[in-house]
Amino acid sequence: MTSIFSQILTVMMMNIRSLPQRFWMSFSATLAISVVVAVLLSFLSMSKGFEKTLEGAGSENTAIVTRSGSKSELNSVLSNDIVNIITAAPGIAHNAAGQPIYSPELFVIVDGIRRSSKLKANLPMRGISSVGFELRSNVEIAEGRMFEAGKNEIIVGKAAQREFAGFDVGTEVRFGKTIWTVVGLFSTGGSAFESELWADTRTVQSQFRRGNSFQTVRVLLETPGDVQGMVDLVKQDPRLVLDIQTEAEFFSEQGEALSGLVSIGWALSIIMSLGALAGALNTMYTSVSDREREIATLRAIGFSNISAFFGTLVESIVLSILGGFIGAIASYLFMNGRTTATMGGNFTQVGFSFEMSPELFQDGIYLALIIGLVGGIFPAWRAARLPVILAFRGGV
Amino acid sequence: MSGKLLYDLKSVSKTFVKGKEKITIFDKLDMSIAEGDFLAIMGPSGSGKTTLLNMLGGVDQPTGGEVFFNNSRVDTLSEGQLARWRANNIGFIFQFYNLMPMLNAARNVELPLLLTKLSSSQRKKSVETALKLVGLSDRATHMTSEMSGGQQQRVAIARAIVSDPKLLLCDEPTGDLDRKTADEILSMLQLLNRKFGKTIVMVTHDAAAAAYAKRTLHLDKGVFVEKDLAA
Repeated sequence: MTSIFSQILTVMMMNIRSLPQRFWMSFSATLAISVVVAVLLSFLSMSKGFEKTLEGAGSENTAIVTRSGSKSELNSVLSNDIVNIITAAPGIAHNAAGQPIYSPELFVIVDGIRRSSKLKANLPMRGISSVGFELRSNVEIAEGRMFEAGKNEIIVGKAAQREFAGFDVGTEVRFGKTIWTVVGLFSTGGSAFESELWADTRTVQSQFRRGNSFQTVRVLLETPGDVQGMVDLVKQDPRLVLDIQTEAEFFSEQGEALSGLVSIGWALSIIMSLGALAGALNTMYTSVSDREREIATLRAIGFSNISAFFGTLVESIVLSILGGFIGAIASYLFMNGRTTATMGGNFTQVGFSFEMSPELFQDGIYLALIIGLVGGIFPAWRAARLPVILAFRGGV
Repeated sequence: MSGKLLYDLKSVSKTFVKGKEKITIFDKLDMSIAEGDFLAIMGPSGSGKTTLLNMLGGVDQPTGGEVFFNNSRVDTLSEGQLARWRANNIGFIFQFYNLMPMLNAARNVELPLLLTKLSSSQRKKSVETALKLVGLSDRATHMTSEMSGGQQQRVAIARAIVSDPKLLLCDEPTGDLDRKTADEILSMLQLLNRKFGKTIVMVTHDAAAAAYAKRTLHLDKGVFVEKDLAA
């Protein structure tokens, strides 16, 4: 057994040491694999970043109430009466004064100019109360101050300011016929809320002619994740045609917006993998062809065909893993932390950062490994089946 | 011919099928080789001398007859068994040396020892002995691609003898060398035969090379003509 391992190791080392003889061909195969891995990881890191942004927005401590079937905040509408009924449901936490802790919110769309394309895009604007701040973790005023109730003042999220032009603190912006002053910049630890503009609820209701209606109500739960009391109330009261979810569940569903894009990423990578696979096969067949006499000589000396097989296969795997590492590192260097925005579940832009995790790095290496295995197995089989008689044929 | 019988070929045939044509190389050929023999096989191109050498080395199989080595049949062994049998019994010396260009001389010589259970230090010692025997002790770490043809063939001889096989099979071992270097190599083979008792079978076109052997068989259309040249 030791002999077999030392045979395989010897053939493998010989193949690797002879790589410079086939430098350009090996290099191009490695490069092709690195491009495939880089493309795949770019898509996956985008998806991962988007997911993380939405996950950061959702909490198990908070429930979100929307009109039944609305799927997004934008499509929902709740009257003030409905808000009063649902906030009396069991399972909602109360403050020291015995009042339920909830935040009725408005969610409207305004126009913004994207810095990257200079084109108009939908920007979400939220009417929010001070309780709404308390229901969200990590909210901080990073610059300027908080908006004042009753005034046309907004604070802008960090991602929104990064992606859209004209929202520096102190500037005035026009939405329709109304003019608003940007008085502050806020952060929420990188969550999806940072892609929004926030203003006083009543002022937004008034300026956008929403009467006394809201889009959603957020409530603080007594027990994290437990919305059963509210769900039971909705079942019992025919006036309540509502969906009750924890915020975490709600944003998880919103994250599905990018699932199609991830599928495209995988499909594109698989198609490109076929090209890289052809390159790997060609390289390895050439490698075997170049070393025919060496392989046959080793077989004549007494080396087994298993060593010829694995020696060749390992060469292919080494090249592909090298390509995988190059692709993953390139993807990390060029994509990790890169910020962009895409359409979220509310038909508004959600800003997020590409997120390159160790798991994604691992996925890239696995893909490279598969290409190396498939690209090496047939040439390796050929190497193992080479007739020993080739050792006795003509000179170089 | 004297000494214990090493090889015994009984009624060996070899035919190739090329398209619809059947080409017969040997038809019921008989041949014996004793231990300690130094046999040269000569013959015109296409006479089948390399095919015969390949069959002796177990890298090609006869289509008929029986091949015995040390009284054991080898023509019925599987590919894996043949590989082990070659590793234990045969050293090959090729016309174009067939060294591994990416390895230095010592690493090339060590290759057959990787098939044994020898430790690294034991292998190193054997390699040193073999290189010393061919006069290349000082070139152990040199890359073979930087060596002359004669030196490369000496490395190849060291590789062939390092595991102390009974038999050396040489395919035109001096075919790529000048006369002077060829004579050095042939003298070395003769020394291995006379002093170390190696049985040698050498295929050659060169009558001067064949003169170093104890006997020469001329192969023509599958028939031997034997001439004793032993000193």
